[in-house]
Amino acid sequence: MKVGVLALQGAFAAHVSVVERLGARTVEVRRPEHLADVDALIIPGGESTTLSMGIERSGMIETLRSFVASGAPVLGTCAGAILLAQECLDGRDDQIQITGVDVAIRRNAFGRQVDSFEADVTLVDTGASSIPPVPFPGVFIRAPAFERLGESVEVVGWLGSEAVAIAEGSVVLTTFHPELTTDTRLHALALGI
Amino acid sequence: MTEPSSTIPSDSTHRTGSQIVKRGLAEMLKGGVIMDVVNADQARIAEDAGACAVMALERVPADIRVDGGVARMSDPAMIQGIQEAVTIPVMAKARIGHFVEAQILEALGVDYVDESEVLSPADEAHHIDKWAFTVPFVCGATNLGEALRRISEGACMIRSKGEAGTGNIVEAVRHLRSILGDIRALTQADSAEVFEWAKRLQAPLPLVQEIAATGELPVPLFCAGGIATPADAALAMQLGAQAVFVGSGVFKSDDPAPRAKAIVEATSHYEDPHILAKVSRGLGAPMTGIGMDDLDLKLADRGW
Repeated sequence: MKVGVLALQGAFAAHVSVVERLGARTVEVRRPEHLADVDALIIPGGESTTLSMGIERSGMIETLRSFVASGAPVLGTCAGAILLAQECLDGRDDQIQITGVDVAIRRNAFGRQVDSFEADVTLVDTGASSIPPVPFPGVFIRAPAFERLGESVEVVGWLGSEAVAIAEGSVVLTTFHPELTTDTRLHALALGI
Repeated sequence: MTEPSSTIPSDSTHRTGSQIVKRGLAEMLKGGVIMDVVNADQARIAEDAGACAVMALERVPADIRVDGGVARMSDPAMIQGIQEAVTIPVMAKARIGHFVEAQILEALGVDYVDESEVLSPADEAHHIDKWAFTVPFVCGATNLGEALRRISEGACMIRSKGEAGTGNIVEAVRHLRSILGDIRALTQADSAEVFEWAKRLQAPLPLVQEIAATGELPVPLFCAGGIATPADAALAMQLGAQAVFVGSGVFKSDDPAPRAKAIVEATSHYEDPHILAKVSRGLGAPMTGIGMDDLDLKLADRGW
């Protein structure tokens, strides 16, 4: 299995090392042709405005949209979740979204960096995987928050009463950063490794 | 938007200011460009160009050099004006050892504090105890020992010092090569030699042992000091920096907006000479720059 990691800006290196620990190969994606023979895709955290401009300037938006629509496994974390959401609140007016997941998401919903935090996320047993009921170490950095979930969206992880990890079809979005921890369960779930 | 605290449900434990959270924001800035800005208009130009963060300061280093005198933390009103103008992270500088300036910056909610040699040092022996803060710190370094001393004080990101305000990349290259070259050499040291490395670097043994084992700094390493062109940014990245700071290089050039955008693209596509050639075309004159032999004041010598 070959996993593409969008590498224009952000925490792509951390995702690459998680995927390699899981035994899959990786490709850093910076141009449309880099997506040609990948089986799954990760859109990492970073600055969503920077990533959005980088995607547009690299001429990748349509290729990324087709990849997401193809039904291949996709994981979006933090800024990646923002870019894959149907609707982004508190973004720039000209921010280009990849879209594909029927959710609304608000940028920087918890405040500035001094409000960034670690907290245990309760994972839902989806039946599709063997996730044991141990809390996931959630790392929330200037994190966004889901404000509306479409009807076909399943919640995968909860922070108290808030959905912080969701799935729709073959796409998994988290508002936190599994790539900064040693827990590989969400990568394994999202990428089907 | 509701108050931040009310969006956090009360039934789980939230830990702020941990190392993973502080280093994590630096992780999010990798592959990006952090630009010095002196007002809200420049901050908007930086965000429009694709900067991943801005550094709010009253005067860019090139002007600090010309003006002389004591350079201090910026006016909070100016920092807040920039925080209101953009949605990307906002950093600000405190003087070396001036922990009260850092307390004020933390109270303002800046996203990263740069304990910076570009400002006049407030303490000639001590840096700030950065473990005492929730806000993360970035510090400059010229060599591996200096980087490790800053990390032992709690810095969550290291940047080369370079020579700020010169538009001359030579010092940043020297510092990156020194830090990364010593890391490469250290990985070849046997367990007895690591003790000698710690003495020579004047750095804590556990950190030296960690680097000998992992082959990398425990925090991200960015480049600062002298970047003026897209090629400079890509050079820093190819040498092993993980992101770049651009100080005077953007807003002291003839035409800041296209240069800012070109440096952002060059940092993303640092290994692709065709894209570098494309984005480097027709940018107008870069900042004039200063040769190292013509310098009266070397900012990189500040810090201990």
